[in-house]
Amino acid sequence: MAKQDNGESSAAAGSAVENHGAVSVSSGTAVVASDAFTNPGLPPHEPRVTDLDPAKERRASRTVGMLFILSIIGSIFAIVAYIVFPIVPGDMLSVRLNTLFLGLGITLALIPLGIGAIYWAKNLMSSHEHVEMRHATRGTEETRAAAARIFTLGNEESGFTRRKLIRNSLIGALAVFPLPAIVMFRDLAPAKDPVALFKQTMWDKGTRLALDPSGAPIKASDVTIGSVFHVIPEGLEEADHPLDEKAKAAVLLMRLDPSALNEADDRKGWSYDGIVAYSKICTHVGCPVALYEQHTHHLLCPCHQSEFDVANHCEVIFGPAKRPLPQLPIAVDAEGYLVAQSDFHEPVGPSFWERSA
Amino acid sequence: MTTTTTPAAASTTVTEKPVGKGMRFTNAAANYIDERTSISGLVKELGRKIFPDHWSFMLGEVAMYSFVVILLSGTFLTFFFDPSMSHVTYNGSYAPLKGIEMSAAMASTLDISFDIRGGLLMRQVHHWAALLFIASIGLHMLRVFFTGAFRKPREINWVIGFVLFILAMAEGFTGYSLPDDLLSGNGLRIIDGMLKGFPVVGTWISYLLFGGEFPGLVVIPRLFVLHIMLLPAILIAALGVHLLLMIINKHTQFAGPGRTNDNVVGVPVMPVFAAKAGGFFFVVFGILVLIASLFQINPVWNYGPYDPSPVSAGTQPDWYIGFADGALRLVPPGWEFVLWGWTFSLNILVPVAVLGLFIVMVAIYPFIEAWITGDKREHHIAERPRNAPTRTAIGAAGVTFYGVMWAAASSDLMATHFRLSIEGVIHTLQALLIVGPIVAYFITKRVCLALQKKDREIALHGYESGRIVRLPGGEYVEVHQPLSEYERWRLVSYEDYKPLMLRPNDKGKITVGMRLRASMSRWFFEDRVSPATKGELEQGGHH
Amino acid sequence: MGIDSTTTDRRGKRAGRRHPLASVALILAGLVTTGGAYALFTSTATAETANTAIVHQQLVDEGKALFDANCASCHGFNAEGTAEGVSLHGVGAAAVDFQVGTGRMPMAAQGPQAEKKPVQFSDEQIEALAAYVASLAPGPEVPDESLFEGEADLANGGELFRINCAMCHNVAGSGGALTEGKWAPSLMGVEAKHIYEAMVTGPQNMPVFNDLNLSPEDKADIVAYLKFMEESPSVGGIGLGNLGPVSEGLFIWIFGLGAVVGVTVWIAARAH
Repeated sequence: MAKQDNGESSAAAGSAVENHGAVSVSSGTAVVASDAFTNPGLPPHEPRVTDLDPAKERRASRTVGMLFILSIIGSIFAIVAYIVFPIVPGDMLSVRLNTLFLGLGITLALIPLGIGAIYWAKNLMSSHEHVEMRHATRGTEETRAAAARIFTLGNEESGFTRRKLIRNSLIGALAVFPLPAIVMFRDLAPAKDPVALFKQTMWDKGTRLALDPSGAPIKASDVTIGSVFHVIPEGLEEADHPLDEKAKAAVLLMRLDPSALNEADDRKGWSYDGIVAYSKICTHVGCPVALYEQHTHHLLCPCHQSEFDVANHCEVIFGPAKRPLPQLPIAVDAEGYLVAQSDFHEPVGPSFWERSA
Repeated sequence: MTTTTTPAAASTTVTEKPVGKGMRFTNAAANYIDERTSISGLVKELGRKIFPDHWSFMLGEVAMYSFVVILLSGTFLTFFFDPSMSHVTYNGSYAPLKGIEMSAAMASTLDISFDIRGGLLMRQVHHWAALLFIASIGLHMLRVFFTGAFRKPREINWVIGFVLFILAMAEGFTGYSLPDDLLSGNGLRIIDGMLKGFPVVGTWISYLLFGGEFPGLVVIPRLFVLHIMLLPAILIAALGVHLLLMIINKHTQFAGPGRTNDNVVGVPVMPVFAAKAGGFFFVVFGILVLIASLFQINPVWNYGPYDPSPVSAGTQPDWYIGFADGALRLVPPGWEFVLWGWTFSLNILVPVAVLGLFIVMVAIYPFIEAWITGDKREHHIAERPRNAPTRTAIGAAGVTFYGVMWAAASSDLMATHFRLSIEGVIHTLQALLIVGPIVAYFITKRVCLALQKKDREIALHGYESGRIVRLPGGEYVEVHQPLSEYERWRLVSYEDYKPLMLRPNDKGKITVGMRLRASMSRWFFEDRVSPATKGELEQGGHH
Repeated sequence: MGIDSTTTDRRGKRAGRRHPLASVALILAGLVTTGGAYALFTSTATAETANTAIVHQQLVDEGKALFDANCASCHGFNAEGTAEGVSLHGVGAAAVDFQVGTGRMPMAAQGPQAEKKPVQFSDEQIEALAAYVASLAPGPEVPDESLFEGEADLANGGELFRINCAMCHNVAGSGGALTEGKWAPSLMGVEAKHIYEAMVTGPQNMPVFNDLNLSPEDKADIVAYLKFMEESPSVGGIGLGNLGPVSEGLFIWIFGLGAVVGVTVWIAARAH
């Protein structure tokens, strides 16, 4: 079909390389005007000042030499700087100076070396423009025929297409042999069910809310209005994998004026006198949502700017997140410490396929 | 094979002279090596190969040299870096982290920075070089795109170059994650969240990658192996093929007097190109070391060790991942639903799909354009962007689209620095993501066509000299300076395509594919400006 | 390379880190909260023998006069709050010292955020205003400078800063964006006293960090960490605003790639 488009233009395909070869190919919808300008050829060579004036040539030559010598000085300077500006443990200025002077020395070794070589090429080496002919990328007809013959011979001598059983079973074997490698990736992770793991956290009935990072339990009376506490479950340090647990169990504890809280009926018992606890892990892709504004009651995620309204069960008011931050139901134990009533009632953090299943 | 413009051929002059002592050693060494490697054939083939000289042809070189700098500085870093997530208590020389628990990876990064002479310098060289590496690949790709240097026979090399770009970003991201500091840890957390959002397999991919739950104890060593072994090996192999194809296809050149589609005009490898390219390597290396010795990058000691609870304001990825981060930020609220108990995270899937489509379009663009033009000839002349207005406009639209997503990754910094609200910035960028590329497309296309018309004017009537002359009849005219034929050739030598005429095929039918191709062809070429011709010039100033 | 590769108990380590001077600081802090204000006010007394209660009353009266002239239009004549300004009952002297002492109050115009600007009042006037507001209802006192003397635990300060403050103020203390046009300001160049007061009083939308959340020593450690970052040289070189990867990316595109492209143009240009 492409052939049809170019009835009037293919003959005039100008300087296309294919003209050297035996085959002509379609120029598609290209147009070549019959009275197009012709290439005037290379303009005459213009000599440089260094070609004409021996004094300038000598000066350029000296410049290159000086640049290379400067580079040697730079290398030596770098070695000296390495020794003269040692790092004194704990002294930040010494690190700064070591980095600075060692770096400047190496810079001095490199840049004049490069500039010298380029300057040499530009001013002293031949400035004549050279012309090299191109050849069509495709092989010549003879070469292509020879290649085809080799494949035919290979086929005949091996019987690849004739011996169908061998060919098909070979293709089958090649297709199957990488499968064990894929199976072997299973043990990249332990033999547990990830879905169950993602759905529960360390929080449990009676787990005390503790300060991050000290682990000191928090009394309800400690949390004054306008406060925000960064919370971990008590005993986190004793967990098998504290960071894995913390990545799910991190909680933000805030106290609002109880009149500012709009609580759903079924969650009225989840807060304590205006104190509410919400998962700190963003329901978008899991950054810690920790930017709390005490008057607007907004929580902002610094990674993708999802905004949650603490006064309304952390519903999303802006940004890419869809779900509210999960709330941790809290109560106060006999000693006045804040405790969890249970684990979260839904999986924390980013959504995953089996989340609601 | 190679001809010079002067009759004095360089090849015959050297051998006649008596051989000096140094030369005798060189000869002996060359003989020794050639008798064992046949290398003389390679030198004969490549030693006087011609490379065209244009600044924009050196951008790929910048990328390659940055990569060499990355390999050198990276090797130094591996001697000291401990890619382990086992917990240690830092006891090095940085006072504000003394006694803090962290991974061995973070602790060794701090030791490289504060206890190894030149360690911080090498870390900064490595990181700055990585940023320059990917930036220069990006600029190199833009140059190739806007000059049409991806056309036959270079489509495959475009795809290989594209793969190199993806590999470079993967190298960058894996490297960014290795110090296990707060910033990179939150970056990995985002990756974890994105993986989990994938239907069916997401949960498992995250679980397997992190060797259990996030963050686990294995992801840093795994990324380390990818970063220093697998990805560099693939990258070097692909780079080798990229260069080999560049040698086989020979470099493109811009149109100019004496330059045709059948030749290469430029300087030979030995000695001019070798000296320039070799010198340029040292300059790029030097600039990177200079930047690294003066400007701080990624102060991991400020971020502290990774801990899932803290986060820093202004948590951003390195620039090359910014477009993906920005795409996530631009999603409006509520894009997630549950169907039959399965959770569909459109707030992750849609940006991933849009980005996926975008980069696939980048990768296959050469084949789309080749299909539209139907042109099967080889093209070795790099086009001026204005002479392919539709392609240039598409490129500008793509750059705008990418740029808006990229800008979105710094929405919080734009808000604070220009005293705007985050919400306002995001809403503006959401609108710009749709409107921006369209506006950019039309403006660019109009500008290209206007420039082409101006080129035609100049080619036919010469430059405006600014000199006003009063004719005997009292009429005032501006005198136009005529062009030399060399100057004119630059303006008139470009490819011209006409829109495809829709005609029935051999079976007398017009298929859907043909209609599509015809409409695409119309879209590309309907408002083309043809190059000026001799006939038009001869008609002179008559419009 | 100097790493103790054994895992240590976090809490044990923390207890071990407490400095002997901490108990002294604690006693001082206790003194400040009980009789500190009283002691402060006596120092401004004009006569050694003057009755301190009378002097204090004079200060409060002076503060009341200043308040009525400069603050009451928004906060009400008894600082009970209006639609334009919040009630100041119970905000304490620390809040006044912070808000007026950093120039945030009086505000130039109603807006999403009170900005730091040149201070409008003299130290004595600020003290009088603080005394007046403190006399309305008990609240946090201006911290004693001695709290910031002595040796602090930088590592503790840094860790607490990252957990409690960095999400808004950035790990390098260079500030960050909040919702609806508000922002968390940079902490560099802010007086130790003001940082402390901000934590205690929670100015504007900043949450309150009471002494049970962050003890006075914890707060002093955080202040010390910020002062360390402010005073110690930027280790790796020029910090590019400490804004993280965005400024680094812009730098490499504009200056890094700019310099390299400049060199390519020079290489490709013909010599004369």
